[in-house]
Amino acid sequence: MDWILQPWPWYVAGPLIGLTVPLLLIVGNKSFGVSSSLKHICAACFPAGIDFFKYEWRNEAWNLWFVAGIAVGGFIASDFLSETSVVDISQSTIRDLKALGMNSFDAYVPTEIFSWASLGSINGILFIVVGGFLVGFGTRYAGGCTSGHAIFGMSNFQKASLIAVIGFFIGGLVMTHLLFPLIF
Amino acid sequence: MGNFKFFLVGIIFGIILIKSEVVSWFRIQEMFRFQDFHMYGIIGLAILVGAISIQLIKRFNIKTIEGHYVSIPPKPMHIGVLIGGIIFGLGWALTGACPGPIFGLIGSGYYVYILVFISAVAGTWSYGLLKNKLPH
Repeated sequence: MDWILQPWPWYVAGPLIGLTVPLLLIVGNKSFGVSSSLKHICAACFPAGIDFFKYEWRNEAWNLWFVAGIAVGGFIASDFLSETSVVDISQSTIRDLKALGMNSFDAYVPTEIFSWASLGSINGILFIVVGGFLVGFGTRYAGGCTSGHAIFGMSNFQKASLIAVIGFFIGGLVMTHLLFPLIF
Repeated sequence: MGNFKFFLVGIIFGIILIKSEVVSWFRIQEMFRFQDFHMYGIIGLAILVGAISIQLIKRFNIKTIEGHYVSIPPKPMHIGVLIGGIIFGLGWALTGACPGPIFGLIGSGYYVYILVFISAVAGTWSYGLLKNKLPH
């Protein structure tokens, strides 16, 4: 059972994530996707008379149960099924990030940026608040996120999903290679 | 069972996100720097398995456990798919987390991601507010 405590290799994790697609279809005829939950939360809590949020969100409540499950799964996996939260990334990535001035590599995320204390700095606000805003705005404008477009849409050979994934990478590459050197 | 079964599927999916390190900001950086195959292998195999599964469901008319036909709505194509995709990509590289991992990280005890989540809800809300003024 030791393998379960180790990080799972890509050739195990990839197919398991792929199986989430038929699992949701067969369990309840649901399309795999996560970012719609953000829309349902808006519709449930702050509809504010906006047409986009005028629908019966209760009919989509399954998606809120699904994302609540993801958080519980995160708790179970990190607290009971993992020995370490150090991620064995490539040496060249560590070298590049050190060149940008980063030093903490002992958690899933760089804790020097993603902490409550860093909210006092412009970079903290940028990575946490602006980054989150762009994720929420962009996914809804694009009609899906990595789950709904990159995995589910691509699995169903949707042209829109291919365009979306190209967009995801344009944005990610511009941020990483052009903007990170200016930000840090 | 009602919606509880989706909660259980979410738990399984959340465990996979953590154990595969997809939730890691560093893995996303490694991907955007083309310095390891990990993320590409995961996404590629997930699509392969997802595609084969959907083809099997369609070909053999596999029904849901409640006996209903499976229907998959198409993804609408418009210019916003590309523009929104780019905006999401910028945010993905900053936060190191797409929506699934945001929930996974909160569960893992990275509570500052609650603020990433709230910001993402604000972003979605702002899109709803501006939708009619944006090109689609």
